[in-house]
Amino acid sequence: MSDAPLRDSAVQPSPTAPRVQSIDVVLRRLPWGRIGMPAVLVAMAVFFGTINPNFWSVTNLTNVSRQMSILALISIGQTFAILSAGIDLSVGSLLALVSVACAQGMLAFGLAGGIAIGVLAGCLAGLVNGVLIAKARIPAFIATLGMLVAARGLALTLSGGLPIAGLPHEFLFIGAGYLGPFPLPSVIAAVAFVIAYLLLSRTRFGRYVYAMGSNEEAAVLSGVNVVKYKILVYVVSGMFAGIAGVVLTSRVISGQPTLGEVQELYSIAAVVIGGGKITGGVGGIGRTLMGVLVLGMLSNGLNLIQVSSYVQNIVVGAIIIIAVYIDLARERRR
Amino acid sequence: MTVKHRLPLLEMRGIVKRFPGVLALSDVNITVHAGEVHVLIGENGAGKSTLIKILSGVFLPDTGTILFEGKPVAIRNPRDAQMLGVSTIYQELNLVPDMTVAENIFLGREPMRLRRLGIVDRRLLNRQADELLTTLNLQIDPQAVIKSLGIAQQQMVEIAKALSLNAQLIIMDEPTAVLTTHEIDQLFATIAELKRRGVAIIYISHRLDEVKTLGDRVTVLRDGGWVGTVQVADTSIDQLIRMMVGRDLADKFPKIPVAPGEEVLRVEHLSRNGVLHDINFYLRRGEVLGIAGLVGAGRTELARVIFGADPLHGGQIFMHGQPIDIRSPGHAIRKGIALVPEDRKRHGILAHLSIKHNITLTALSDFSRRGFINMRQEDAHAQDYAAAMRIASPDLERWVHYLSGGNQQKVVIAKWLSSRADIFLFDEPTRGIDVAAKVEVYQLMNELIKRGAAIVMISSELPEILGMSDRILVMRGGRICGEFLRADATEENILERALRGSPENLHRQTEAWCE
Repeated sequence: MSDAPLRDSAVQPSPTAPRVQSIDVVLRRLPWGRIGMPAVLVAMAVFFGTINPNFWSVTNLTNVSRQMSILALISIGQTFAILSAGIDLSVGSLLALVSVACAQGMLAFGLAGGIAIGVLAGCLAGLVNGVLIAKARIPAFIATLGMLVAARGLALTLSGGLPIAGLPHEFLFIGAGYLGPFPLPSVIAAVAFVIAYLLLSRTRFGRYVYAMGSNEEAAVLSGVNVVKYKILVYVVSGMFAGIAGVVLTSRVISGQPTLGEVQELYSIAAVVIGGGKITGGVGGIGRTLMGVLVLGMLSNGLNLIQVSSYVQNIVVGAIIIIAVYIDLARERRR
Repeated sequence: MTVKHRLPLLEMRGIVKRFPGVLALSDVNITVHAGEVHVLIGENGAGKSTLIKILSGVFLPDTGTILFEGKPVAIRNPRDAQMLGVSTIYQELNLVPDMTVAENIFLGREPMRLRRLGIVDRRLLNRQADELLTTLNLQIDPQAVIKSLGIAQQQMVEIAKALSLNAQLIIMDEPTAVLTTHEIDQLFATIAELKRRGVAIIYISHRLDEVKTLGDRVTVLRDGGWVGTVQVADTSIDQLIRMMVGRDLADKFPKIPVAPGEEVLRVEHLSRNGVLHDINFYLRRGEVLGIAGLVGAGRTELARVIFGADPLHGGQIFMHGQPIDIRSPGHAIRKGIALVPEDRKRHGILAHLSIKHNITLTALSDFSRRGFINMRQEDAHAQDYAAAMRIASPDLERWVHYLSGGNQQKVVIAKWLSSRADIFLFDEPTRGIDVAAKVEVYQLMNELIKRGAAIVMISSELPEILGMSDRILVMRGGRICGEFLRADATEENILERALRGSPENLHRQTEAWCE
């Protein structure tokens, strides 16, 4: 009786931690789930900035944000697919298909027509993905793998394998223009993040995306029209690939059937580095943003401190695995 | 008895195990002798599985000692347990379905012909397996592929495998839950043979009649605590129930009868190929319609068809007198039907969604406009229903994954309450939850009935059927084979309809259902 309550109260705050209060314990109690990624980003920024002060220059930051915008856009779409317990392997190839469609459309129907056709091409490919996955019940990995190969083939067929030049000069504005001090691609990506955030956190569609990803059978039995919302997921992913494809086409001011190779894999990496669960149901647009920032800052920073691009790939690969391992380790401890 | 003179085979003393927020085991003791069948009983959540997981090396105890043949041992992982001769036969069997019986028994320990080349000596493998099975009086072909065997025979293969590992102590986790009467006899014969060989058995069961036929001693756990260990011969089933529950059974079914109102649901000649045949029944406002029957009688399938989760192939459903063709669960929900499913993990909870998002999932359209959710209304809604269900979690943002089984079930029910249904299909509503939570579920049913809802309650627990239903349907082989009013129903006449077996079988099953 006399020592039991004492012992209990000493152990209570953290039954697994050692009883001595130390910095170690304090550090461990911080809510790493919430502040972990921002902390890593700050650490990376400080590290790169210290070695090469140019990192902090306005020119560099502007450049990084513009470079990241394409990956950001397709990663937003990928977030929807992965959250719903699916995946979209086609987004990289869709960049090429959209680019070709956009350029040819622009030559035929003018600036606005080309942009619209580009985005629509993305949506349409997404619709095909969605119908194959939700209606024909083909696993998302297979359906979008097929689309990855086919969309590339279609882009090459439509373009004859050659770049499509002669696009109107005003089109440059999307990829190279500014809104105030901000590069337009970055503004487009930022707006896309906000819209995607609202979609996922404030709408029924978003809630159903999480529900399907967490437990599809339970979602069906809760009255969620899984077929409809799954199709919508891939249309959304295709739409963001469409927007990204148009921006990219403007940046290279031509339709290019070879754009976007392996970009789908980087978009998946961005989602999981941010802490999204590859099996669905866990993650979010904020986390994907973190993942995109880590990848973008890493490649820029490593360039600035003159690490060869070969070695950069090793680092990025390691980061993907480490990030997921840390997440798993944290979950196991709970 | 003679076993008392010898050193016990196993002694677990003062076992304590905490999980975050729960004391799963507090100061639990158990002693097992060679050649003894030691039955472990307790309500769900009493700590039975935690205890056997400690013994089989899945969990480490926080404190406590384990003595094996009088010597203190540490069981740090399943391999340690195997080395000591402790084998566990779980309900989900650990067999490779596409390999043969012999290959499974000696998996990882196959006799080799040319050791270097790693070539398995198949003839020797099959002969050794055959010998082992024969000594256990089992007629199983060692070359049969596991998936071609029935579940009972698969269990026997697990037992044979355990023996081939020189098991001195075999833990069986509710082995009869999935067996037919005949298969149970076969299992009991094998257990008798194991006893004769001096193998000790820890036998977990919910069926108290089995305790009487099979057990030597019983240890009762309740809420993670050790209630006591008694000799089976000196203890009645009533005494065991009191030990398990900790109080008398009178208040277990707080049924409030309500005069039934108009018909809300009627089913005529309903059939689904191979599963349901010519089902007819009606359901009135204010009524609890119990559906009894054995596992596999078609009860869950019936609920799913009514709910639009599976298509029907014949017959007609009427709601409020009007024929209706229910196309999907979403359609059923809009029409005011709710299904609380049997398999909570697979069909009920969304583990990585918060409590709040689980509760409101069926009702989002009530407080969203143009697809946008009104967050304030959603919060209020979730809080109301969480409070109504007395969900014991201070934080509705918590993942349902981290809740206990009872609280998870309450979240599932809250989700269905929040859909504002007035016809509730409860499929095994109290499976896997503790007594206190069960009573809360029953009280909730009363509450729903008082508000004018109608309830279909599918249950395999006869006392629950008898205690809570106004009318009872009995199903067997996809048909309705009996209907009783509350006043006329007894365990015997329900079982007679559910089984239509011989009087002996009937007697055995009666006891089996008297949990």
